[in-house]
Amino acid sequence: MSDATHTSLMAQSAHTRRRNQAEKRFRAYGLAAIALGLTFLVVLLSTIFYNGVGSFQQSFVNVPVYLDPAKLDKKGNRDIADIKKVSTFAYAPLVQKGLFALIEAHGIETELKKPKDMKKLLSASSTAQVRDYVISNPGQIGETVTFRLLASSRVDGYIKGRVKRADVARDKNINVAQLDLSDAFIKAGVISKEFNLGFITGADASESRPEQAGIGVSMLGSFFMMLVVLGLSLPIGVAASIYLEEFASKNRLTDVIEVNISNLAAVPSIVFGILGLAVFIQFMHLPQSAPLVGGLVLTLMTLPTIIISTRASLKAVPPSIRDAALGIGASKMQTVFHHVLPLAMPGILTGTIIGLAQALGETAPLLLIGMVGYIATNPPDGLASGFLDPNSAMPAQIYEWAKRADPAYYERAWGGIIILLVFLLTMNLIAILLRRRFERRW
Amino acid sequence: MYDYSTASETALDQKTIKFSARDVQVYYGDNHAIKDVNVDLEDKTVTAFIGPSGCGKSTFLRCLNRMNDTIDICRIEGDIKLDGEDIYDKAIDPVQLRAKVGMVFQKPNPFPKSIYDNVAYGPRIHGLAKSKTDLDEIVEQSLRRAALWDEVKDRLAAPGTGMSGGQQQRLCIARAVATAPEVLLMDEPCSALDPIATAQVEELIDELRKKFSLVIVTHSMQQAARVSQKTAFFHLGNLVEFGETGQIFTNPTDERTESYITGRIG
Repeated sequence: MSDATHTSLMAQSAHTRRRNQAEKRFRAYGLAAIALGLTFLVVLLSTIFYNGVGSFQQSFVNVPVYLDPAKLDKKGNRDIADIKKVSTFAYAPLVQKGLFALIEAHGIETELKKPKDMKKLLSASSTAQVRDYVISNPGQIGETVTFRLLASSRVDGYIKGRVKRADVARDKNINVAQLDLSDAFIKAGVISKEFNLGFITGADASESRPEQAGIGVSMLGSFFMMLVVLGLSLPIGVAASIYLEEFASKNRLTDVIEVNISNLAAVPSIVFGILGLAVFIQFMHLPQSAPLVGGLVLTLMTLPTIIISTRASLKAVPPSIRDAALGIGASKMQTVFHHVLPLAMPGILTGTIIGLAQALGETAPLLLIGMVGYIATNPPDGLASGFLDPNSAMPAQIYEWAKRADPAYYERAWGGIIILLVFLLTMNLIAILLRRRFERRW
Repeated sequence: MYDYSTASETALDQKTIKFSARDVQVYYGDNHAIKDVNVDLEDKTVTAFIGPSGCGKSTFLRCLNRMNDTIDICRIEGDIKLDGEDIYDKAIDPVQLRAKVGMVFQKPNPFPKSIYDNVAYGPRIHGLAKSKTDLDEIVEQSLRRAALWDEVKDRLAAPGTGMSGGQQQRLCIARAVATAPEVLLMDEPCSALDPIATAQVEELIDELRKKFSLVIVTHSMQQAARVSQKTAFFHLGNLVEFGETGQIFTNPTDERTESYITGRIG
């Protein structure tokens, strides 16, 4: 080596050059991978937003309806029992007359003369809406009241650009004359597009009235399921992890348990669904489609996640803290509960929230316990009914909508995904904030 | 091998025996870590354990307050008696034992709590204080004993983890002292400290000798010479030599001790 020729540091040797080029190539691959990932994310989010944003707006028609006493209260004594006997069929002509009154008032020319022609402009829910109003305000009978009624999904779709004039030839739900009338109504300010609170708070609706469908009730279903999941999986998961991590001796048995917890975390969720069907519904006879059962199934699914993350955060507490507590005569339990657990708490909570977020977005197990395909029309009226009455859940509702034929429901499905994503992102954000806030360094 | 019988005769003349170990064997799984250790540790004395890394001195120290119980694969044979009671007897609760035999670790490990809570934790869980004033008294006294009071009396609510390394170690000593132990075990208490903090802790050890018996594991022979009255030299799991510190360092009887002290092994 001593008589090796002198090499200058200014010139790169061939070996160094190759190494540097390899590094440069690797950096380029990494950047490309990140760019690709970001592109996918942007495409995904913008597609969801583009398709779903429509469901947050809905077209409403402001219709003055004369609440005709001759039709609604034939006896004229305003007896609420009698008023309740009048069905929505009796209200339809009144609402349709209201529309004709509007046509006249704004001087609109239309070939639509028959009352039945007006029916397709409004949602099938409109007569029920007027009837509900009359039943709660019987004093208003005989007055003319202006109602804000949902436009039919075709009119709404026309306004949002989903329904094209060229398409209506083969559509028996709407015709060109009705679209002309809608245009005139828009010009006159009778029909307007407004924020759709009903989509966020409302219940699902039947196949024929997508304009009325909302995700609110299935949101409650998800909420009650999450209560079950949180109430069961957090204490069970934390207790199991503390025992395994701090108390159990390390032997063949605990190794087997540990491996199987990891296995459980990897089991497809539909397997938990069929297990729930067999055990909770067929064997224990718990009610079908109930959030309680959904919550139990999702608990089974979430437990491994919580146990794994809890054990990881318990492991991350430095052993010196345990030594310190044991060294001054704290018992094992005092050591765990006074020192280890508080330090592991942020990690445990983060894991729990992420487990809950996973459970919130889970659809497959719900298929098997009857929370899909069920039309959740009534919000639960109390705790017991919230847990036990048939309901749906947000992802199940989205799946249900995506299945339906009407393109108006397609829009609803995307809108539901936006709401679900908002929930999931919020939960993840809380998890990140918790971690940041309570992160400790030793 | 250190001859136990003659040493104990001289020891018995002067002081009471706190710990006495007979034929102690420690195994980590298949590894025989401590072999036939016989030793008597005196009260109100600083005993230093020295020896090369992996010689078993820390392992033996951890046997004295049963900290090895936390290690699954660790197995101990033989007798260790504290004031004549076998500490590995089934009737002995290790938690009670550890309240009597406190421990200070190599790396300062204050709880991530306030200075006050660090010191008050032991008295609280052992029910040593009847009232808040009692507890305040214990905390102040312990911090004074650890020569830390003047530095922290104005910021007892500050986190213990925010102090310097030397202060943290003295806080750990205060924490150990607060449970009113009879023996204080120190596992290389100064190895993570700078020379100034080391000097402070050594001074403290000398001070604490008046109230407790101390056992200190150290890598630094100078430190052993400075702070201890008795020294035990461990080598490959054997207690090679045990005696007066001065004698061990100036006139060791075993050639392995001499080799270690002069820097030829270790």
